[in-house]
Amino acid sequence: MTIELHASEEDRRVAGLAAAAIGLTLAEAAIPLPIPGVKPGLANIITLVVLYRYGWRTAAWVAGLRIFAGALALGQFLTPAFVLSLSGGVASLLVLALAVRLPAGWFGPVSLSLLAAFAHIGSQLLVVDAWLLPGVSLFAILPLFLTAAWITGLVNGLAAAHLLRTWRPA
Amino acid sequence: MTLPVPRPGDWLVLAAGLALIVGLWLRQADSLEGRVVVRLDGQVFQEAGLRLNRVIEVPGPLGISRIEIRDGRVRVAEDPGPHQLCVRQGWIPPGGAAVCLPNRVSVENAATGYDTLNY
Repeated sequence: MTIELHASEEDRRVAGLAAAAIGLTLAEAAIPLPIPGVKPGLANIITLVVLYRYGWRTAAWVAGLRIFAGALALGQFLTPAFVLSLSGGVASLLVLALAVRLPAGWFGPVSLSLLAAFAHIGSQLLVVDAWLLPGVSLFAILPLFLTAAWITGLVNGLAAAHLLRTWRPA
Repeated sequence: MTLPVPRPGDWLVLAAGLALIVGLWLRQADSLEGRVVVRLDGQVFQEAGLRLNRVIEVPGPLGISRIEIRDGRVRVAEDPGPHQLCVRQGWIPPGGAAVCLPNRVSVENAATGYDTLNY
């Protein structure tokens, strides 16, 4: 008996986009970064582009697959790093679900990217505060991480806006 | 290649985020700045930052002790006590304290160890 899985058009698209996001995650892991916890989050560019092109459901699939497969590839599955990545991903997707309803003439990818970046680091710091380092005041490092989120949010948002103007998928 | 121009609301979100960050940095710089705690009879008489130059006059049982804050440093400038120990101590180092026992006045320079944990 054989079980046949039929991959729909949508499935193939999600797989392809998730592969691109995973590629960015792996490439990013090779970049040495001075402060633990601060990284550009380049895969979020893909999430943003997918959100605009194919809607929130597809974006959530791509981000979710990227988080799981990226963690497996980096040997971080079920480690604290994975839990942080997952919580950041969930929080930013929830914020994006709301933010995408903002009037598009006023708020573009840069807004969404920035809000998602803040939600991302915010939820991660909450997890660190509640689970990893309970009792340690994280207030002192909040400005540093928010500054990093602001910069990466802006850069990723501009990259996503650029891709949305120029990139035509096959 | 031209960079995509952010939309009006984007500038708003960027500015709001920046304002939040600057506020947090400033607040943090403020909380890390040295504090001076002046006590009379063991009770906190006045707390002050090291940033503003000023003279704090503390009315003790023998008379008025004058605490001087200048250029980010603090000392007891004048004291009615007989031995003048706290005055001769000079500028109080960060983390240090001067006690004018006869007049029941103490000055603590709480510059170090002052972080968000004991905020």
